[in-house]
Amino acid sequence: MALITCRDLTFGYESHAILEHLSFQVNAGDYLCIVGENGSGKSTLMRTVLGLQKPMGGTIAFGDGLVENEIGYLPQQTAIQKDFPATVWEIVLSGCQAHMGRRAFYGRAEKALAAQNLERMGMTACRRRCYRELSGGQQQRVLLARALCATRKLLLMDEPVSGLDPRVTAEMYDLIEQLNRRDGVTIIMISHDIQAAVRYASHILHLGGAEVFFGNAEQYRNSDVGRRFDVAEGGVRA
Amino acid sequence: MIQTISQYFQFPFVRYALVVGTLIALCSSLLGVTLVLKRFSFIGDGLSHVAFGAMAIAGVLRITNDMLFVMPVTILCAVLLLRTGRNAKIKGDAAVAMISVGALAIGYLLLNLFSTSSNLSGDVCSTLFGSTSILTLTQAEVWLCAVLSVLVVALFIFFYNRIFAVTFDEDFARAVGTRVEAYNLLIAVVIAVIIVLAMNLVGSLLISALIIFPALSAMRVFRSFLSVTVCSAALSVACALAGMLIAIVGGTPVGSTIVAVDILVFFVFCGIEQFR
Repeated sequence: MALITCRDLTFGYESHAILEHLSFQVNAGDYLCIVGENGSGKSTLMRTVLGLQKPMGGTIAFGDGLVENEIGYLPQQTAIQKDFPATVWEIVLSGCQAHMGRRAFYGRAEKALAAQNLERMGMTACRRRCYRELSGGQQQRVLLARALCATRKLLLMDEPVSGLDPRVTAEMYDLIEQLNRRDGVTIIMISHDIQAAVRYASHILHLGGAEVFFGNAEQYRNSDVGRRFDVAEGGVRA
Repeated sequence: MIQTISQYFQFPFVRYALVVGTLIALCSSLLGVTLVLKRFSFIGDGLSHVAFGAMAIAGVLRITNDMLFVMPVTILCAVLLLRTGRNAKIKGDAAVAMISVGALAIGYLLLNLFSTSSNLSGDVCSTLFGSTSILTLTQAEVWLCAVLSVLVVALFIFFYNRIFAVTFDEDFARAVGTRVEAYNLLIAVVIAVIIVLAMNLVGSLLISALIIFPALSAMRVFRSFLSVTVCSAALSVACALAGMLIAIVGGTPVGSTIVAVDILVFFVFCGIEQFR
């Protein structure tokens, strides 16, 4: 069974549906990129899958032993976080909040998990530093380490490279690819960068009003939608 | 001066005032960081006005221990404000403004219409600015304040990690299954309790200062959530003690003296930040 199966999903804000009757599924080990213009419902879809808002129709089924709260989430940064007084360690540890159960404080197991994920992201040296003083790329690594504390299986990321310079962006993509290939973490990522999406992802979900595409990256490159967007973006970037 | 202070310590009500004032200052500073960062500070301000209105009603109804009436009303309003903040047609800040200014107006109106006191403006002034109410607490009120303060501190310590998680990133917390609504509710209720307590110390208009200044000062200098929290608690207690002693010796109003000390410390910490 697939990790996530969305069937006939309708979602939106309040009573206004952004997209209707969307069906797709994500299998263990997939790397799915969700692309599309602003306002096409990418973030809303992600929030719906995460259970932050209720679907207006259709179903989202979790399979393959995935529990709903076993999802790691890398949200877009909020204004609050930009001047939040907290150390890297405090933030990464908060990724373990679901493991606390009824306990009030983090135990040895949670601290070990946080340390391990900090190491994985190459941020151990910064553990005592203040989050707001880090560079954009370092902040994303911290949030990624936190997300990894919450999950072993599935990461949802909302534009993880937005606002990063090209070198750091490439590093971030490599890091995510490594998590997917080497550690077998399933990735669902919202991206503006269709070029990178086609290069790294195994599957593409393209949202955009009437044009909805779901399939693997190869199929996307050869589809009408994919060709148009890929060519258009390539033209701009070349 | 030490002689004057030790002379004042002979009076039990002065000792009570210092103990209760310190406890109130301690718990009011704890949620300051959360309030500032979650942009909840306006709710704190709104609730303090609600508490004033409730106090006026308690006065009209001649309820002897008015805290027992003011507390539930303020908690109820905190819950309502939090709910409307999310999804109502009237936006959160507008709802707060409506309720707070409304409560202020109705409170003063009621006091005027039904007042039994010969010194109405004195009464209103002491409710708004606290002047000396911390020195006139009855023994029952002293115990109530002490028990509630300890309860607030205990709750804060027990839920410290959750409060951090919910303050730093609500969406992430919700996505991993933390009951964010429940913790927001807890935060709102605790704020309401703190406000009613702090009313005795600094009066309803100055409560926000007591909650927010220590947190803002600590945030200038410290970089971790834990150190900011500990520092703001320590600052708040120190400022409250200093303010109360100055007020007793100098005969100045307690509330505004404490807030003045808080402001002074804030600028000192801004200076420290510059020189680091």
